[in-house]
Amino acid sequence: MSLSAILMMAMWLLSLFTILSIVVLSLIWIERKFLGRLQRRLGPTRTGPFGLLQPVADAVKLVLKEDLLPSWSDKAIFWVAPLLVLVPSFMIWVTIPATENLVVQNLEMGLFVIVALLILSILGILLAGWGSANKYGALGGLRAAAQLVSYEVPLVMVVISIAILVQSMDLRIIVASQIPLETAQSILGEANQSNAVFNHIGVPLVLIFPLGLVLFLIAGLAEVGRIPFDIYFAESEIVGGPFVEYSGAHWAVFFLAEYINTFVVAALVALLFLAGWHGPLLPPLAWFLIKTYSVIMVIYWIRGTFPRLRIDQLMAFGWKAMIPLSFVGVVITSLYRFYDWPDWSLSLMSLITLAVVGYWLYLKFTRPVIKLARSYGREPRRIRSAR
Amino acid sequence: MDQIDIEHTQSVDMMLNMGPQHPSTHGVFRMLLRIDGEVVVDAEPHVGYLHRGSEKLCEGEQYHQVVTLFDRLDYISNFNNEWVFCRAVEKLMGVEVPQRAEYIRVILAELNRIASHLLFLGTFGLDAGAMTPVMFAFRARERIQGFFEAVSGARMMHNYFHIGGVKEDVPDNFNDLLSSLLVDLQKDVEECDRLLSFNEVFVARTKGVGEIDLETALDYGWTGPSLRACGLKYDVRKAEPYSIYDLFEFEVPVARDGDCWDRYYVRVLEMYESLSIIEQAFSGIPDGPVMALGRRLIRPPKGDVYVRAENPRGEIGVYLVSDGTDKPYRVKVRPPSFCSLSALRHLVRDTYVADAVVILGSLDIVLGEVDR
Repeated sequence: MSLSAILMMAMWLLSLFTILSIVVLSLIWIERKFLGRLQRRLGPTRTGPFGLLQPVADAVKLVLKEDLLPSWSDKAIFWVAPLLVLVPSFMIWVTIPATENLVVQNLEMGLFVIVALLILSILGILLAGWGSANKYGALGGLRAAAQLVSYEVPLVMVVISIAILVQSMDLRIIVASQIPLETAQSILGEANQSNAVFNHIGVPLVLIFPLGLVLFLIAGLAEVGRIPFDIYFAESEIVGGPFVEYSGAHWAVFFLAEYINTFVVAALVALLFLAGWHGPLLPPLAWFLIKTYSVIMVIYWIRGTFPRLRIDQLMAFGWKAMIPLSFVGVVITSLYRFYDWPDWSLSLMSLITLAVVGYWLYLKFTRPVIKLARSYGREPRRIRSAR
Repeated sequence: MDQIDIEHTQSVDMMLNMGPQHPSTHGVFRMLLRIDGEVVVDAEPHVGYLHRGSEKLCEGEQYHQVVTLFDRLDYISNFNNEWVFCRAVEKLMGVEVPQRAEYIRVILAELNRIASHLLFLGTFGLDAGAMTPVMFAFRARERIQGFFEAVSGARMMHNYFHIGGVKEDVPDNFNDLLSSLLVDLQKDVEECDRLLSFNEVFVARTKGVGEIDLETALDYGWTGPSLRACGLKYDVRKAEPYSIYDLFEFEVPVARDGDCWDRYYVRVLEMYESLSIIEQAFSGIPDGPVMALGRRLIRPPKGDVYVRAENPRGEIGVYLVSDGTDKPYRVKVRPPSFCSLSALRHLVRDTYVADAVVILGSLDIVLGEVDR
């Protein structure tokens, strides 16, 4: 590698880091503002116009705070753990294309690398819990290990389904397969040059594989530990879990990693299912950001609505619902590919699966609740007094 | 490294200290959990971090000053606490409280019950991991606190109920304030109810958790909403009507299973009943004096008295001994939260760590009253 290439790469990485930091600041602001509106509050208003500088103020405060090290902690592990969480989530972004050409290094096995790196952050969280020599930390670390490993399986299975559908693990090609042929010419040209084959579908994958989107979003929520799956740092139970002993800049690093991971999941949903940067009128980057931020808003919305699951309920849901379903996803996509059935057949199979599961969930969760409500003479969704 | 001797390896339960700085212990409560993985094997509650010797302090204060100490017992429902002490002294002295004062007391105490239950609703949601209900509940509670400030001059620790009546008559705009408050509250309570009560995840987290049967609950001395959640229709306001509660029509909500969700929902239903009581009292509030006793210094006759009242947390009892001086000889409080809390060990055994938090939250304890 020549010197200029190395310099170029360094510049890319530096700008990536800067952009990601700005993205995280924007995510924090949006979360506080959006959650505030959901909860009938204003959210931050004092720092800057519309409280825009609130995340900056938070960041400055965190960096200036004293960084405490518990005397009984395992020092090396304690200090390394935040980096083990941050570096993989940062590295994922090296291979995520925001638009056709806006990517640090597109990889033919991009999806594979992303999944591999997503798993790595578990190690950091587990070590953080262990290294801080705190019982809440240890509990949280073990919870994290159990939760993340179980929800990694459906995530990987959905990714495999996508790979079967598109016949490629290159994210640019996956997006190209979802957009009309004429707009994907340049990517197709490159793909032809390298003799890559892929299955062109022409519509966003969500239309033909909605099952995958649902599974991916739920598993993604669990991966980044968002409510209702924030079990491994459950504030009201284990008080932050693995992060309980961290303060100041090291805690900020975990925070950064968490938000970057949220952004990764949202971006992957946009790329894999919502045709990435493709859209009318606006430039591609704008479409990518619109789609990604919309997914993030959905994640925040869920956060504002649901209580937290319990660990056994989480594991039961993961192993009894998510994993079998993700296998069904792989099977139906394989059938569709192998017999070359038309696109609508996959949508149909996918929707039927979703409907069956939805009905099962309704029977298991919603019906008892409705019964419970009726036993008190109430309709669960329409509580209005007679007056 | 030597080979690990599996046969002689024992798994040891972990002792997990929860509190007094834990965010979900509702104050400075501490419980020592013995956990096996995620399962709670045993729990040892430790109380006393907020012990201020309130009962002993009462012996050194004049009667009208003791009211302020009662404010600080169950600091979530101040009016109800002031009221029970005032009633004790009034009963001992044989004072007849003016009707207007009784109506004001009922309105304020029932509002305080709603405020207390709203706080419970919000924090219980937080315990279960839902962060939105607390904002809704506190918004509604804030309206009530604002109203209290308009009436008594203080948001908490009002010292507004005096022995023989209330401190002073309500402000001129009392009617406007209360009627608009009632409209808002009705909406707010419904909103909170709709937001949390029948959320599938919330029900999955709380239904069937921390079940207790009626006999055990009675053995532990449970009263109030927690007992009614086990199915017993017992409410001091109905069983032994005090003040003017026999004038109002209201239901005593009960549930069946005695689990966390039932304890939660009984309180939600109670808020509706309280609203109805307030409306009845508001429509019937008479004119007249608000204070029966003219003189400042209170010297009840020699003797002792026991009164009880329905607080938001259950039945509070005050045993008061007077030796004829201006200070009580002895004051003993029977706190409802303490009795509820005593069943904690029984309840959290063989549940999950996450359940222990929810169970503690469902008991709705206030440490000011537990520790006194």
